[in-house]
Amino acid sequence: MTDRTAPSRTAPGSSAPGSSAPGSSAPGSSAPSAGAPPPLLEVTGLKKYFPIRKGVFSRLAGQVHAVDGVDLTIAKGETLGLVGESGCGKSTTGKVLLKLIEPTAGTIRVNGEDITHLSKTAMRPYRRQMQIIFQDPYSSLNPRMSAGSIVGEPLTIHKIAKGREKQQRVAALFERVGLRPDQMTKYPHEFSGGQRQRIGIARALALNPSLIVGDEPVSALDVSIQAQVINLLIDLQEEFGISYLFIAHDLAVVEHISHRVAVMYLGRIVEVTGRSALFTNPWHPYTEALLSAVPIPDPSAKRGKRVILKGDVPSPINPPSGCHFHTRCLYVQEQCKVETPQLRELSPGHQVACHFPLGSGTG
Amino acid sequence: MVENEGAARQEGTAAGIPGQGSVILELSGLRTHFFSREGVVRAVDGVSYHLNRRETLGVVGESGCGKSVTALSILRLIPDPPGRIVEGVIRFEGTDLLTLSEKKMQQIRGNEISMIFQEPMTSLNPVLTIGHQISEAIILHQKLSKSAAMEKSVEMLRLVHIPEAARLVREYPHQLSGGMRQRVMIAMALSCNPKVLIADEPTTALDVTIQAQILELMLELQEKLGTAIILITHDLGVIAETAQRVVVMYAGKKVEEAPVAELFAEPCHPYTLGLMGSIPRMDRDSAESPGGTRLQEIKGIVPSLYDLPPGCIFEPRCQYADDQCRAEYPPLEEKRPGHLAACWHTDRLER
Repeated sequence: MTDRTAPSRTAPGSSAPGSSAPGSSAPGSSAPSAGAPPPLLEVTGLKKYFPIRKGVFSRLAGQVHAVDGVDLTIAKGETLGLVGESGCGKSTTGKVLLKLIEPTAGTIRVNGEDITHLSKTAMRPYRRQMQIIFQDPYSSLNPRMSAGSIVGEPLTIHKIAKGREKQQRVAALFERVGLRPDQMTKYPHEFSGGQRQRIGIARALALNPSLIVGDEPVSALDVSIQAQVINLLIDLQEEFGISYLFIAHDLAVVEHISHRVAVMYLGRIVEVTGRSALFTNPWHPYTEALLSAVPIPDPSAKRGKRVILKGDVPSPINPPSGCHFHTRCLYVQEQCKVETPQLRELSPGHQVACHFPLGSGTG
Repeated sequence: MVENEGAARQEGTAAGIPGQGSVILELSGLRTHFFSREGVVRAVDGVSYHLNRRETLGVVGESGCGKSVTALSILRLIPDPPGRIVEGVIRFEGTDLLTLSEKKMQQIRGNEISMIFQEPMTSLNPVLTIGHQISEAIILHQKLSKSAAMEKSVEMLRLVHIPEAARLVREYPHQLSGGMRQRVMIAMALSCNPKVLIADEPTTALDVTIQAQILELMLELQEKLGTAIILITHDLGVIAETAQRVVVMYAGKKVEEAPVAELFAEPCHPYTLGLMGSIPRMDRDSAESPGGTRLQEIKGIVPSLYDLPPGCIFEPRCQYADDQCRAEYPPLEEKRPGHLAACWHTDRLER
């Protein structure tokens, strides 16, 4: 029905820095070649460990390896989907790369500039470019502020507009996300879940960002409302050329909205590829299991043999040795228990971190 | 086939061998309303459906459509006040549950009909051991001694494939993962060998890989124990893979009912059709870029239950609505064999 074949969408950006392995993050090793513009966002060797303290003297009792060496790139106008089960570190990744949480190690580059160690004030101009939409439209809006002031607040903070001009810009934002400008004086509790999520989107759009991190932005919504919000996000990308990091656990939603998809398991990225390749030709056993677990809403659909994983995700406090997935993997070998597989590019734009990738002929 | 069905129906009244096809639970004209200062919320407004023995019936709908309140009404667990079952009949093996005394009802709840809930975190008591909680129902309904009940608990945990069941009965809920807790809930619900299991969004709080495990387990146990299941969910994928018949609810009413394959092939209500169009489909979407196939939206939002439209409840959001829809609620009609829908314009739907 709607044909979307703008060149920027069909061939989004440059491919990921294929050779740089997680963990071995030599800064600059993944610098883009001269001539090609650097990707909008480039993250290398990103780690975030949360300390666990115990006792009277807050002795360090352990660390939660929430993000354990993540490499990502996002091109302008591109959507990168980040999927994984709860506790795999996908939300932490989103917050760390916005520097809402300080990373333990790794570098974050925006348009080629290293922002990893910038101070709060030096971060300001970058904050304008990078916004976030949260999962829960009930707790992410201040109940004591009117919808209009929630959306207008970023304009005030960044001293972009005030008074009548601010009101006009907020009204325009309201219209753009499908709310009526006369709803600006209402408070969050007067809106439905889907409408609240639209307020969150309008707030994120207020500063004309180039990147929006969506942390499960549609997970709390009913399906009919979810479709409205997904369509809105796609339209906004079309119109403003925004890049998204779309974090979600729902594979069908991620597949629908993303150009490329990264699959995360216990703090590491196990597979990155373009949308169609991931869903037709997964290489990592975890991706295969995830895909096969998703129920298909069609009783007549033929599916291959269903892969059902045994057990639960191990604790990120003591992640398994070698490949984190080896405790649940159906194809586990001795090598997997000792040696950590690195993310490697086996075909253009398709990376996998597995010693014995499925169906690629190299196993 | 026809003979079989006739025989099965007769069995429904006689206490013979339960055969597939005979009705075990039947709701008719159920109305559960909540009375508040702002007005009356018609959470369930004239819902009828039945459940056959050994069958899985899917009940699907969005939040606030009344699917959970219907289930709670079956077990008479509606908090009163503010809620009340104002009308209807709930027939379980021939007796109307709404006429039973509370004492009689207690013998049915958890014993003949049991329920598992969405939140395995909040539906277990955090200060009692797993074994204690499972044996509680066994001691109450099956009159076993404490130690025998504990043995039975271990056996139930083995049945739901929990490793080291003997050790686990002495542990507390917080020591288990979400998937494990849901297995414990299932073990508890099935411990008295109920004839009907009501599962209210049993996998919604779980990750997909765990969801697959739990659904597989439920179907395996159904096969083994012959339990009839009412599976309440908002996920059409789960319905497609587990249910044999489906009831679609919207704003307190049943708008469509059909065998599962029939429903997905030929939806007869615009709401069902809209729901199907609004889910992203991995198996069909082969476009190179996102949005190549655009999701269908159902415009607007679910109407407030305080203030329902006078005619068809779906009319404000329906693209096929006309004056007839605004004036009168459509009757639930058999549009195709075994396929009911409440819509004036089924023949106009563009599938």
